[in-house]
Amino acid sequence: MIPGISIYEILTLTTVLFFIGVYGFITRKNLISILISVELIMNASVINFVIINKYLYPDMLQGVIFSIFIIAVAAAEAALAISIIINLYRQISSVEVKDTEIMKY
Amino acid sequence: MDFSSFLLMRHELILLAITLLLIIAEIFIPHHKKSNIVHLAIFLFGIHTVLGFLGLAESSLFGGMFRTNEMIHFFKNVLNVGVLIVLLQSADWLQEKIVEQQRGTEFFVLLFSSLLGMYFMISAGDFLMFYLGLELSTLPVAALAAFEVSKRISSEAGVKLILSAALASGVSLFGISMLYATTGSIYFNEILEVISVSNLSILGLILFFSGLAFKISLVPFHFWTADVYEGSPISIASYLSVISKGAAVFILMILLFTVFKPLMFVWENMVYVIAIATMFIGNLFALRQQNMKRFLAFSSIAQAGFILLGIITGDQLGFATVVYFVLVYVFSNLAAFGVVQAISLQTGKENMKDYEGLYRTNPKLSLVMMLALFSLAGIPPVAGFFGKFFLFTAAASKGYYLLVFLAVVNVTISLYYYLLVIRAMFLRKSENSIPFFASKLYMRIGLILTVLGILILGLYSPLYEYIFELSSNFM
Repeated sequence: MIPGISIYEILTLTTVLFFIGVYGFITRKNLISILISVELIMNASVINFVIINKYLYPDMLQGVIFSIFIIAVAAAEAALAISIIINLYRQISSVEVKDTEIMKY
Repeated sequence: MDFSSFLLMRHELILLAITLLLIIAEIFIPHHKKSNIVHLAIFLFGIHTVLGFLGLAESSLFGGMFRTNEMIHFFKNVLNVGVLIVLLQSADWLQEKIVEQQRGTEFFVLLFSSLLGMYFMISAGDFLMFYLGLELSTLPVAALAAFEVSKRISSEAGVKLILSAALASGVSLFGISMLYATTGSIYFNEILEVISVSNLSILGLILFFSGLAFKISLVPFHFWTADVYEGSPISIASYLSVISKGAAVFILMILLFTVFKPLMFVWENMVYVIAIATMFIGNLFALRQQNMKRFLAFSSIAQAGFILLGIITGDQLGFATVVYFVLVYVFSNLAAFGVVQAISLQTGKENMKDYEGLYRTNPKLSLVMMLALFSLAGIPPVAGFFGKFFLFTAAASKGYYLLVFLAVVNVTISLYYYLLVIRAMFLRKSENSIPFFASKLYMRIGLILTVLGILILGLYSPLYEYIFELSSNFM
C-alpha cells in the first residue's frame, strides 16, 4: 500500500497504459514496436492484479501469484515472437509491417 | 502419501510421457533411421487415443484448480481423435519434407505440448489454470505455423499468429483482472457465488470474451485467420481450424453457462450481434476466394457463427447441440483439409482452378471432398445436416426466430460456394487436370476415418442422446 495514493489513481494509470498498448498495436508500423505494445498491455494487467490484491483483498495472495505467472508467460511469448520475427528478417531483411503483406483479403 | 488421485489427470500424464519418450527416442535413433520417429509417434498417440476411452471418475484436484467430469473426459477424447487424424494426414508430409531436415521430433513435441495445453484449458477450475492452458495451447502452434523456415509465407503466418494471440491473451487478462476486482477470487466456483451485475464486471466479461473470440476467430476478431491458414503448413491449418477452435468453443461455453450465468442478459445480446456478423462476413468473403486454404478458412469462420446459435440459448439443449456440432465439424473439416493436403503434397497445387476435372482422374479423392463439403454445407444424408438442424432447433426453442432465419439465409449462401468446388471437380473439364496419383497408407487411413465419422455420426442417433445426458454435468 502506498500512503497518500488511493486505488483510483493506480487503476487510472493501468487503464491508460492498457489503451496506449492497444493504440500502439493498431498504429505502429514496425513488428518490434507492436510486440512492445503487447508487453504494455500485459504489464497493465500485472499491475492491476497486484494493486487489486493489495488494496481490496489483502488477506489472500491470488492476484500476486497470478501476476508472477503472467510475467513468466509474457517472457516466453516475447522470446518466441522475437525468434519468429528474426526468422522473417533473414528472408526479407525487414521488420516493417508493409513488407509482410503478400497475403491479403 | 497417496498419489492415486493424480490418475484423474491420466490424459495429461500419458501425453506428457509420450512427449518425453519422443525426446529420448530422438537421441537414440540413429541418423539414417529418423523416419521411424513418425511411425513411433503415431503408434504411441494411437494407443493414447484408445486408452482415453476408458472411464474416468468425476472429481477435482489441487484445491479446485483442475477438475474433470464425464463431459470434459468425452471432449478430450474428441480432441484426441481429431489430433490422431491430423497426424495420420500429415505423416507423408513429415516424412518427405521435415524428417530430412532432422526436425521430425520437434514437430511432435510442439504439437503434443499444444494439445496438453488444451487439456488443461478445458479442465481448468480457475482463471490461473485457464490462462496457463490457453498460453500453452497457443504458443507452440505459433512456432508450428512458422515451421517451414525456408518459406517466407510461413514466417509471415507465424508473425501474424503470435502477435494477434499475444494481444488476445493480454486483453483477456485485463478482463480477468476486472473480474478479480469485483469478486475477489479467481476460482470459478467462488466467482459464481458472488458475481453481480455492475459496470466493472460487464466490462470484464466483454474484454474476456473478446480474448477468446480471437481464438475462435469470430468477427471482428477474425483478421488473422485467413492469412495464417494460407501461410502455415496444411496440417497446422487443419489443427488450428478444428482442434484449437473446438477447445476454445468448449471452454467459452462452460464459462458463459456457469460463471457468467448471472450476466446472461449482457452476453446474450453480444453473442446475437456477433453471430450475425460472423456468419455474413465469413460467407461473403468465402465467395471470392480462389485459394483452397483461404476458402476453408473463411468457411470455418462462418461455421463458428453457426456455433454461436447454440451458445446463445444458455441451456442444456444448447450445450449438447454445440458439442455435437463440434464433433461433426471435426470430421468434416478434417476430411476437406485432408484432400487439400493430399493434392498439395503430390502436385503443390492449392487453387480451385487446379481442381477442375479431378473426378475423372482421382474419383475417390473427389468423392471424399464432396462428402466433406456436403457435410459442411448441411445436406441431409450426412452428419452436417443434423448438426446444423439441432443448432437451429436449440436457437428456435428460445424464440430467436430472426436469428434462425438469417442463419438459414447463410446456409444458402454457403451452399453456393461449396457447390462451386464440387462443380469444378465433377462438371468442368480441363486440359491440364491433376493426373492420377495414389496416396500413401497413412493418408488413406486418415481419410477413411473421417469418411466413417461423417457417415456414422449422421446415421447413428444414440450418440447425440449420450452427449445430451453428459451435458447435464454443467447445468
